[in-house]
Amino acid sequence: MSAADILSQDFELGFTYTRSTGPIVGRFLTGLRDRQIFGIRASDGRVIVPPMEYDPDTAEALSEFVQVAEQGAIVSWCWVAQPRAAHPLDEPFAWAMIRLDGADVPMIHCVAAPAEASLATGARVQAVWAPETRGFISDISHFELAGGGN
Amino acid sequence: MADTADTITGIECPVYLQYHFTAGRAPARFLTRIKEGVLSGQRCPRCSNVYIPPRGSCPACGVPTEEEVELPDKGTVQSFTVVAIPIPNNPIKPPFVVANLVLDGANISFIHLLSECENSEVRIGQRVQAVWKPREEWGYAMDNIRYFRPIDEPDVPVAQIGKLPVTGREG
Repeated sequence: MSAADILSQDFELGFTYTRSTGPIVGRFLTGLRDRQIFGIRASDGRVIVPPMEYDPDTAEALSEFVQVAEQGAIVSWCWVAQPRAAHPLDEPFAWAMIRLDGADVPMIHCVAAPAEASLATGARVQAVWAPETRGFISDISHFELAGGGN
Repeated sequence: MADTADTITGIECPVYLQYHFTAGRAPARFLTRIKEGVLSGQRCPRCSNVYIPPRGSCPACGVPTEEEVELPDKGTVQSFTVVAIPIPNNPIKPPFVVANLVLDGANISFIHLLSECENSEVRIGQRVQAVWKPREEWGYAMDNIRYFRPIDEPDVPVAQIGKLPVTGREG
């Protein structure tokens, strides 16, 4: 059997998913489009962001939306020194759990910072909105460090 | 600010997987041969099954397959489906037939299109033959064969599908 040519090529496999949001997540995304962040009040009084459809303890349907601030504090974080193509920021950044003021649970998002050393648990951050919002989590472009400390 | 009247009810969240594929020795050999208009498989030295396209090993015996076997472009419908729903980015207009075909002399099927047929008359065991593109359009691709079309030969009994010699029904 003679040698084969060496054959290689790029190709892309795409899954063009669309998802129905349902009324609760849809309300959250609608809020983002309007540059507002909404949580939902659980049966024990906690405000959960992003809003959940059902109570984590009682499983009852939730419906009381609560607007929260676009500022908050870092609860925990992880520095991404070498962002990849799919990451939301081109420069090194942090994934962070951020508890927004008025919320009782943290939400994950990305934080732009000049260096890993400038971040700390408890650091105050502020949402930076995308130039154009469309009803998607990336309407919050990222968070950035805010003044005021903890 | 965006229009506040409309509530968001759906989002687009596509997933794109980017690959750089390098064909292994056996598939590269297969593609090199099909560029010349030849369908070539490989025979397992242990169980004698012939695989096309070849993967370089026998999935049943776990041994390398090296013996190359030239196969004819005639085969048998092993199974099929009539596609009625358009597939995004697929230029073929439904309804069309996609079939698992076993070439004469092969023991495993591959998927290809079936055309020049009444979709309602396609059946398991039906005899088919490749319709090739013009030679000048041949490349390293299975779609050198446009599709398979039925030929006027008696159906193959189910028990014999995938067990015919390279000479086909007459063999």
